[in-house]
Amino acid sequence: MIIKILGTGCANCNKLVQNTKKAVAALGIAAAVEKVQDMKAIAGYGVMRLPALVIDEEVKVVGKILKVDEIKELLK
Amino acid sequence: MFIFAWLNNQLLKMQWLSDLVQGFVERVLGLSVQDQLGGSIHFFVYDVVKIFILLSVLIFTISYVQSFFPPERTKKILGGYRGITGNILGALLGTVTPFCSCSSIPLFIGFTSAGLPLGITFSFLISSPLVDLASILLLASIFNWKIAFAYVVAGLILAVIGGTLIGRARLEGYVEPFVYSNTMVNTDQETVTLKERLGFAGEQVLNIVQRVWLYILIGVGIGAVIHNWIPENIISMVLGQDKWYSALIATIVGVPMYADIFGTLPIAEALVYKGVGIGTALAFMMAVTALSLPSLIMLKTAVKFRLLAIFFVVVTIGIIILGYTFNAFGHLLV
Repeated sequence: MIIKILGTGCANCNKLVQNTKKAVAALGIAAAVEKVQDMKAIAGYGVMRLPALVIDEEVKVVGKILKVDEIKELLK
Repeated sequence: MFIFAWLNNQLLKMQWLSDLVQGFVERVLGLSVQDQLGGSIHFFVYDVVKIFILLSVLIFTISYVQSFFPPERTKKILGGYRGITGNILGALLGTVTPFCSCSSIPLFIGFTSAGLPLGITFSFLISSPLVDLASILLLASIFNWKIAFAYVVAGLILAVIGGTLIGRARLEGYVEPFVYSNTMVNTDQETVTLKERLGFAGEQVLNIVQRVWLYILIGVGIGAVIHNWIPENIISMVLGQDKWYSALIATIVGVPMYADIFGTLPIAEALVYKGVGIGTALAFMMAVTALSLPSLIMLKTAVKFRLLAIFFVVVTIGIIILGYTFNAFGHLLV
């Protein structure tokens, strides 16, 4: 599983990255968490709010800092 | 009328808090609020506590309203309008659509690739940081309702005229090509429950307070210094009402600064207290919030230099003109 966090490096985006890493570690699944900061790449996903969470190239959530538990639900 | 005045003084201006802090400064610290030190401590504590209380209450209420206007919906509403109506609507929706500054570029790309005219998108982008529902009530609390209303109208006029000028200039060719080439996924309009809206409002309070608390402390700190330590004649030498260049200087100083409207208000408050014209103080606030180096650098990734330069020049000149207009008619607002 490849998880991408789209964001321009603002505080909210970094928080989502941290929460995602925690969720992955808690579930003990094999997943790569990547930050996507390049604006052209972000635009390619067609999101209008950041940060956004992308799982296996599918946009799951936009404009929200999900809590660790919420991310766990998405990953299951 | 008496009831309204009492509510205005106690709830909005928080006279009780001012009295409480005055009591603290006088009895606990043994200082007079007429003194420099006591006065600046009073200004700092009273303003910080007041702004945080107002901010939390306001952001909660406003975020609830805003949860009905996610950017995806705004895009849909704006899609049906052209010309000046579109600019006015863009400016108005800019005040209610929630977005953090890191979303401004994806939002710009989203609007533009959906075929919204550049002018309408820019009306939205100008009004969004400038006029915020929370700023109206804060201005009313710190100054008065007339000034708050005047600020909002001025901000909207700036957004409408700025957007219209940029639209007229036919600058579509100065947007980076990748902006047009991507397709937007239409995130389906998920139904949002009342509980989710309240949750969103609560989270917004936390997020925004976390984001702006430092700016507020710095802003109030600078305000307290101006309020009690810098002699009035030095300030009036540079920014005095009789100086023709006052609004110009306030704008030029404000443009490169980057702060939230909440951090800028206490500085404007102290300046007005020291006799600076209301137009000069408002021009400073607008310059700080509407234009900043970080946001310009972000915008640069999506547009070419020429469009960025025109945006910058139009907004700067607009702020200066508004500053002089308010200075000329400021006596009507006090």
